[in-house]
Amino acid sequence: MPARFLRAPIAPTVSDDGLYPFVPSISLDTLWFQVAGTICNLKCTHCFISCSPSNHSHEMLTLGEVRRRLAEAIPLGVREYYFTGGEPFGNPEMLPILEETLRQGPATVLTNGMFLSPDRCRSLKRIFDASEYSLDVRVSIDGYTAEVNDAIRGAGTFEKILGGISNLAGAGLNPVVTVTEACEEAGSPAGRARFLDWMRSIGLERPRLKVLSLFRIGAEEGRLRAYESWESLRGRHLTEDESEKLQCSSCRMVTSRGVYVCPILIDEPRARMGESLAETLRPFRLEYGACFTCHEFGVTCRT
Amino acid sequence: MPDVTRLAFFGGVYSNSLALEAALTHAKQSGADGLYALGDFGGFGPHPDRVFPILLDAGVESIQGNYEESLSSGAEDCHCGYTDPRDNHFAQISYDYTARKTSSEWKRWMRTLPKTRRLEVAGRKVLLVHGSPRKINEFLWESTSPVSFLEKMLADSDADVLVCTHTGLPWTRLLPSGRRVVNAGVLGRPANDGRTNVWYARLTFGRDVSVEFVPVEYDHEELARRMREERLPGEFIETVSTGWWTTCLEILPAKERERGRY
Repeated sequence: MPARFLRAPIAPTVSDDGLYPFVPSISLDTLWFQVAGTICNLKCTHCFISCSPSNHSHEMLTLGEVRRRLAEAIPLGVREYYFTGGEPFGNPEMLPILEETLRQGPATVLTNGMFLSPDRCRSLKRIFDASEYSLDVRVSIDGYTAEVNDAIRGAGTFEKILGGISNLAGAGLNPVVTVTEACEEAGSPAGRARFLDWMRSIGLERPRLKVLSLFRIGAEEGRLRAYESWESLRGRHLTEDESEKLQCSSCRMVTSRGVYVCPILIDEPRARMGESLAETLRPFRLEYGACFTCHEFGVTCRT
Repeated sequence: MPDVTRLAFFGGVYSNSLALEAALTHAKQSGADGLYALGDFGGFGPHPDRVFPILLDAGVESIQGNYEESLSSGAEDCHCGYTDPRDNHFAQISYDYTARKTSSEWKRWMRTLPKTRRLEVAGRKVLLVHGSPRKINEFLWESTSPVSFLEKMLADSDADVLVCTHTGLPWTRLLPSGRRVVNAGVLGRPANDGRTNVWYARLTFGRDVSVEFVPVEYDHEELARRMREERLPGEFIETVSTGWWTTCLEILPAKERERGRY
C-alpha cells in the first residue's frame, strides 16, 4: 500500500483507559445539518434515530441558525454541506437554506421523497442552475416493490417516492437513490445491478445508487436486533489509513442541540462535542456499536 | 517585450503519446519557458512506454501521479479514488494493461519522481501536485471545490498558485485573496464535451498571473486504431472518437455530470 498522504502523518491514538481507539480530527471537509431535527412525516422501522412526527429530541434548524454555521465554516475550509433529518423538506425554510448554502459550496439533501412536488422540483432545479456548485438530492427507498418498501417506510410510501423521483427527473435533476441493506440483496453486486436496472425501468437514464449499511440503534434495534457486545472497536488500534476512511475524521454534525461527531450518533450525549465547530475539531473515542459498523463495512454517509 | 514567464502544465497523459507530442510542439512554438507534467503518464491508452522518452527528450519536469505511485510500488490497483463498482471495473482493466506493458526500468524511474514540486515564479509561490496538496488522489472538481475550502488549502500549503490535474477536466478559480487554483485538465482523453481535442494549461506570470487553456488537436483516429490493436475496451475508444466520457462517470459531481452525454 503506497503512502497516498502528502501531509505530515496524523497518528490515531488510544483512549486513556486503553480500551477504545480515538479517531483524529484530520480536517473539516463535510458539515452536516440536522435541518429537520428528528421530526419526520414517516416512522421507518429501521430509522437509527427513531424519527417520527412527534420526536422532538432535536428541533428543526432555522435559516438564521444555518447562516451562522455557514459563516463559522468559512475559516475552517469546509468543502461540502449535507442536510438531513427527519425530513428536510418538512422544514419550511429548506429552499432558502439550500439557496444560501449553494452560494458558499456544494450541497446534498437527504429526503424521503414525499414532499417532492413538480413545483418544488422545478424550484430545486432553478437553485441548482443558479449556483456554480453542485446540488445532489438523495431519495431513500427500501426495495423495488411496494410490498418490501412499505413494510419499512409505511403504507403507500412506495408510490409517493416514485412520484418524487419522477418529478426530480422531470425537472432535470438526477437524484441519487439511497437504499439500505434492509433490502437484503442491495449489498451484493447482483442485487446492485438489479437495482440499477430497476432505476432505468422507472425512467432514470443515468441511475445513481447509494447503498447504506444499517445501524443497529434507534428503531432498528426493535426491528431486527441491537448490537451484540463483540460488535465493538474495544481493544482495536486504527492505522492512519483506517482513520482517514472513517467519515468522523473529517466531518461534524450540527443539530439544534450543538455539534455532534457525526450524523449517526446524535442520540448519544457523549457524541456531542461542543457548541462551536472549532472546539469540536479534536479526537473522538470510538466506543459505540455504530463505530464498529462504519469501521468494519467502510461506511460513509457521504454520497 | 514585457518581462513575463510562460509555463506549460500538462495533466494526465494516460499513454496518449500522440497528444503529448502535439502539445509539446505547440508549447515550444508558443515560447514556453518551462514544461511541467503532473503525473498519470499511463492508463487508458496504448503502449505506456512510448510516453517517457518523449517527456525526457523534451526536458519536461515531472511529478508522480497516483499511477506512478502505484506502478512503482507494485500496487494491485491504481488508487484512482473511485467508489463505484463500474468505475472501478474499467479502472482495473486500464491499470492491469498499463502495469503489464510498462517496463521495470521505467517503473524504477517513476519512483525517483517527487510527489509535489514548488516553483518561485515572478515572486509567486507555485505548488504542483497531482490530486491536491494533501492527497495524491484527491479530486479537485470545479463544482465541489468552494472558495473557502481552496483558500484554506492554499494557505495551509503556503502556495499562491496551485496547479493540479487528476479529474480530467480543466478549470481555474481566482480566489478573493488573490491566490489561484488551476486544474490543467488532461492530455489523455477529451474533456467530456463532445470535442475530440484535449487540453493543457499555459500560465503567464507577470504583474498578474493569467491562465489559458490550450486546445490540442492530435491524430485521435490513429490513437483509436492503436487502442483497438491493443484490444483496449471499446468504451475507451468511443471516448477518444467522440469526446464523450463513457467510463469513470459515477465520480463526476452533479454539475460536471450534467454537461456530458452519459
